[in-house]
Amino acid sequence: MEGTVSNVFLSVIAGLFVGGAAGYVGSLMVIKRMSLVGDALSHVALPGIALGLLFGINPVATAFGALFLGVALIWVLESKTKLPVEALVGVVFTASLAIGVLLIPDEKLLESLFGDISRVTAGDALLAIAGSVAIYGILKFFYRRMMLGVVSGDLAKSQGIALERENLIYLLLVAAVVALGIKVVGTLLMGALVILPAAASRNISQNLGRYAYGSMVIGGMASIIGILLAFRLHLLPGPIVVLVAVGIFLLTLFFRR
Amino acid sequence: MNHNEPVIEIEHLTVSFDGEEVIHDLSFCVEEGETLAIVGPNGSGKTTLLRAILGLVEYQGKIRIKHGRERIGYVPQRFSMDKDLPLSVGEFLSLRARQNDPNKVRQTLRLTEFPERLLTRAVGSLSGGELQRLLISWTLVGDPMILLFDEPTAWVDIKTEEMVFAVLRSLREERNLTVLLVSHDLNVVYREASNVLCLNKEIVCHGSPQEALTPASLARLYGGEPLFYKHEHISS
Repeated sequence: MEGTVSNVFLSVIAGLFVGGAAGYVGSLMVIKRMSLVGDALSHVALPGIALGLLFGINPVATAFGALFLGVALIWVLESKTKLPVEALVGVVFTASLAIGVLLIPDEKLLESLFGDISRVTAGDALLAIAGSVAIYGILKFFYRRMMLGVVSGDLAKSQGIALERENLIYLLLVAAVVALGIKVVGTLLMGALVILPAAASRNISQNLGRYAYGSMVIGGMASIIGILLAFRLHLLPGPIVVLVAVGIFLLTLFFRR
Repeated sequence: MNHNEPVIEIEHLTVSFDGEEVIHDLSFCVEEGETLAIVGPNGSGKTTLLRAILGLVEYQGKIRIKHGRERIGYVPQRFSMDKDLPLSVGEFLSLRARQNDPNKVRQTLRLTEFPERLLTRAVGSLSGGELQRLLISWTLVGDPMILLFDEPTAWVDIKTEEMVFAVLRSLREERNLTVLLVSHDLNVVYREASNVLCLNKEIVCHGSPQEALTPASLARLYGGEPLFYKHEHISS
């Protein structure tokens, strides 16, 4: 992809923040053992992007709207039917993907699926920074409680922690970070940007502090390196960012504790 | 029996799962400083009773807890966690809702004989006995007024078992803690409990172990002939 200096700068800044937030959100997802849920969930953004493109609204906002609805639907279905979350996410995600692909104009399909950060505007970058900081702040507030839920649901509930509510908050944060990420790596690959940094960080961490922040740093690093490489090699940035994250993951395998 | 204020009052407690009653119309009180042992066969509702007190299951009837549920410390029967979790022992202790100062943590770890050098180790790398000590420490750093122990020694060695009951005794003396203890071991009940509640969906007997655990009540509790007598060991 081609880019002016200011364009590269905006892309790198947006990528850094979104990658960091995605890594932080992903750190809980990996230990909650819902990696594939996050991956599939990211596709729910697609019909939202389609509507944004069709009606000329910022697709990040409409994508978040679609994700919000998807998450709410999954959460309600789960509490009503007691079906496993994976199954429900599977249903909602395939339906969204089908609807999204039908709705999105052909020439926009590639960008929606794989992102194109070279078109990031100053407004997009600001939104990415503000959104990422907000996601980080909210999750940090709940992180310890959610972690206790991962360690033992009973212990958490005996402490008065409402796990279902926390789960909904968490899924909404996932939705928010995925919506921010559609410009960077696109819907298909956003799941990877959430999961890979955490998986890599887990390889080299024995404690939670190092793991969570390691995941955040790796997410930010993968984005910066990937975006710069993509500009240099004139390639689509989404896949390059994800491949850099895969590379970091493979590297950490050698330092596995 | 002492005449302190009740810290737990239970009235007409009934718990059902899928329409089937697991606990039927239970009413009793636990007084401050009391150690109440709960005995009964498998599936008699012992764990469910603890979970109802904790508010982890839906129930009918009334449960009043003097200091509120947040002052209850709970050590569950089975504690299985992901061995690969990136979580150090120190971090696990800091997850307790009522925040703790380092001195208190150190004091608690001395009490439970949990080696301080393990604080930086991953929780998943602990042995079963170490994990049980850690769980009890975790419960205690939250400064509980009531302890619910669900077979705290079912999965640990003799040395850890001795520690568990030594800790219980010293807590009772120092802090006048109220303890509810599910146990299968009648020796433990005689030695540790001030009162015993025999549970088989409903209350079969309730009182001091010497008075309540008669051959007749044990026969009613476990069914069949009165096979179990005082100081007999019953394995689960």
